[in-house]
Amino acid sequence: MPNVGLFIPCYVDQLYPQVGIATLRILSRLGLDVEFPQEQTCCGQPMANSGCDGAARPVAERFLEIFGKYDHVVSPSGSCVSMVRNHYDHWLHGKPRFEHLRGHTFELCEYLTDIAKVVKVDGEFPHKVGLQMSCHGLRELRLARSSEQMIPPFNKVRQLLTQLRGIEVVELSRPDECCGFGGTFAVGEEAISCLMGRDRIQDHARAGAEVIAGFDMSCLMHLDGLIRRTNQPQRVMHVAEILEKATLS
Amino acid sequence: MSSRSAILDSLRQNVPPAAPLPAPIDGIRFTDPIKQFEETLTIAGGTLVRATAQQDLASELAKLNLYASAAKVASLVPGIPSRNVDLNAIEDPHDLEGIDVAIIPGKFGVAENAAVWIPGETLTPHRAIFVIVQHLILVVPAGQIVDNLHQAYERIQWSPNSFGIFISGPSKTADIEQSLVIGAHGARSCTVILL
Amino acid sequence: MTGHAEKSAAFAANEDRAHWHDQSLWFVRSKRDRQASGIPEWEALREAASAIKTHTLSRLADYLEEFERNAIANGIQVHWARDAAEHNAIVHQILASHGVTHLVKSKSMLTEECHLNPYLEARGIEVTDTDLGERIVQLRKEPPSHIVMPAIHLKREEIGELFHIELGTEKGASDPKYLTEAARGHLRGKFMGAQAGLTGVNFAVAETGGIVVCTNEGNADMGASLPRLHIACMGIEKLIPRAAHLSVFLRLLARSGTGQPITGYTSHFNGPVRGGEMHVVIVDNGRSRILGQEAFRRSLGCIRCGACMNTCPVYRRSGGYSYGYTVPGPIGSILAPQRDPQKYASLPFASSLCGSCTDVCPVKIDLHHQLLAFRKVLVDLKAVPLQKRLCMAVMGFVLSRPSLYRMGGGLMRAIVPRLPRSLVYGPWNPWGIQREIPLMPPQSFRDLIRKEPS
Repeated sequence: MPNVGLFIPCYVDQLYPQVGIATLRILSRLGLDVEFPQEQTCCGQPMANSGCDGAARPVAERFLEIFGKYDHVVSPSGSCVSMVRNHYDHWLHGKPRFEHLRGHTFELCEYLTDIAKVVKVDGEFPHKVGLQMSCHGLRELRLARSSEQMIPPFNKVRQLLTQLRGIEVVELSRPDECCGFGGTFAVGEEAISCLMGRDRIQDHARAGAEVIAGFDMSCLMHLDGLIRRTNQPQRVMHVAEILEKATLS
Repeated sequence: MSSRSAILDSLRQNVPPAAPLPAPIDGIRFTDPIKQFEETLTIAGGTLVRATAQQDLASELAKLNLYASAAKVASLVPGIPSRNVDLNAIEDPHDLEGIDVAIIPGKFGVAENAAVWIPGETLTPHRAIFVIVQHLILVVPAGQIVDNLHQAYERIQWSPNSFGIFISGPSKTADIEQSLVIGAHGARSCTVILL
Repeated sequence: MTGHAEKSAAFAANEDRAHWHDQSLWFVRSKRDRQASGIPEWEALREAASAIKTHTLSRLADYLEEFERNAIANGIQVHWARDAAEHNAIVHQILASHGVTHLVKSKSMLTEECHLNPYLEARGIEVTDTDLGERIVQLRKEPPSHIVMPAIHLKREEIGELFHIELGTEKGASDPKYLTEAARGHLRGKFMGAQAGLTGVNFAVAETGGIVVCTNEGNADMGASLPRLHIACMGIEKLIPRAAHLSVFLRLLARSGTGQPITGYTSHFNGPVRGGEMHVVIVDNGRSRILGQEAFRRSLGCIRCGACMNTCPVYRRSGGYSYGYTVPGPIGSILAPQRDPQKYASLPFASSLCGSCTDVCPVKIDLHHQLLAFRKVLVDLKAVPLQKRLCMAVMGFVLSRPSLYRMGGGLMRAIVPRLPRSLVYGPWNPWGIQREIPLMPPQSFRDLIRKEPS
């Protein structure tokens, strides 16, 4: 049985702990041997995405030290996992256990469909749900076919959610347009970031979504900030929070 | 050092790693290439005319109102005379201005994009003829519609100091608010007769 | 110096207009999707185009020499220009030696990059841009805001007003058909009176020594075939090895950029008109230097289709002028700072790195990866504000030390909810201008996990 290191992104740890708990519970209930190494902090993405490689490198090195020993590493964040799989090579190439880490770090949904081989999701979620297909998970981890690609369609997130009884995944007019969070972009290009976010919310609203669901809390944090400022009715939920109540097998 | 040498030298330093050319592409095929050609030509703003069994170009042309009513017609198709235009007497391509219709033979057509290939040697005495006239009629052999552009390029023979053009439909623009307008600078209409 | 953030905020402030601009471009993106979905081998085509460009760039000098040999055998005169200044001087010299006082031009982003028009105009040569969109912005004395749809930022009423003043159309008339007809007549006059035509080059073919130009309007053909003198300007990266390769690129170009299977006119100029002259000016202007940079050389594969702009959620809501460079959008945000890192330092950050551009690029340029890579270049050049670099250094410091991180997090969650709103939200908190900050939970995940049953 593989031992799984649980990686909880810094902002999830501090601001959305219930997403971390839900993730832990989902993995534990599958019978996996899950451990949360306490010394973890961050994957280094905010620094790396700002071009501050020097600040990001030590954080990446720590990540390898802490998580290198696990068979699998799972995280409820597409962008953090993308950081490890697609950008760590720059600093960690050749280091012991890096190749293993790179090949065995997974976002939660893809872990459930591809590794844990979950085929049955037995639960209820009688709500209209708009799927926020966050960009890193979509175009870096390929959790689904992006609307730009001309290949047969698939969507690992949708695959897990549609089995829930009562759920209706609504059709957006732009199924995978960026929400505008983009890390420091949210602050550095505040006007465009918020215009993009408001447009996403409008799309979800017009499609009738009560819940905006995603696999990246950073995007949902940004959308939620806009929603609450303008007193709109939608609530944001991480996919882990939705799946937590179901039985997965 | 000449600019030529400077540029070539600069390119020969830091040469990227060698990389092979890819294998040729197997392009799309259509069960009914002519139908595909017609649909695509229509969307591009053109019109397809399928000649009747007799394959008599003169009578097909006579059925076209824009041909029948044109004051000046330039024909590059052997057997079809020009009307009020003596192409051989026109030394300056600017003097082609004012011609209403040009009838030009195309070598073949391409189903996927309704393009018609016209080799430069067809466009005598001046290659501007296809763009300066108000209306184009292209005559293409019906048996010469290929499926895709890869097949098209296999057919083209290149000679030195030449010209060749794929024309797909009439001249058009969408530069004003993405609103499609037919007849920008070139032909206001493009009729393809399949013979 | 204002960068993208300030300019785009001004553009987005008129939300109706920004949405209109966004919708116009999204429409073109949808047309691209519809066309691409009809080609089962679409992704294979992109892969082939990428491979052809990679191969060509690995032997660019050889292919350029082959092109030159064959072009000369076609009776084409070939010139080489190291930079923009030389390009302009060469073009001017060719025109002046033929006594040209009026030039018609079809679309060439290269000549925009070199600022050719003002150079020629200062030397007594009238230049008319003949692409309708280009003519519109030329009359408005503005640069193009998109490389394929230069006037996409303008409403028909604004164009109507412009044409009323410049072309004498009816006041208040804004029907695109009416306005285009007026432009047809006006530009026909320009074509008839020009002594030379200048075109860009979509593709230069080494094997044939000829060039290919794609238009919907036919303006390149009119300009290159009526006057006796044809000048074609190309960047060194426009080369492809064989004529057969054109099929790959031409199947991708219009589908990607405008959502059409092909443009109205695809002209293969392998020589001058009868009794005329044809010149090709091959321009470097920094391209050979990019070839030497592993992280950025793939940007040389760009075929200037505009698909990246059409899909970019930031470009659609910022408009081309927010970038302040000849070529805007994702590809422009890599090309511009190559030219002047300090001046264009804001551009690689004018992106959420969503990656849509990379997925639509017909030659599979890894645009969003290059944008990220350029951020690092800018930090190393200290072209990024000190404040930001310090902030990231502090963050890196804290996040490398778990106890410091836990303490910081705990303090944040304890203090922020107790602060009055006026302290939380203010100019020091750009997040909070249009958004609420996240609700601060009393306990972190780490705290909760201690209570979690095993």
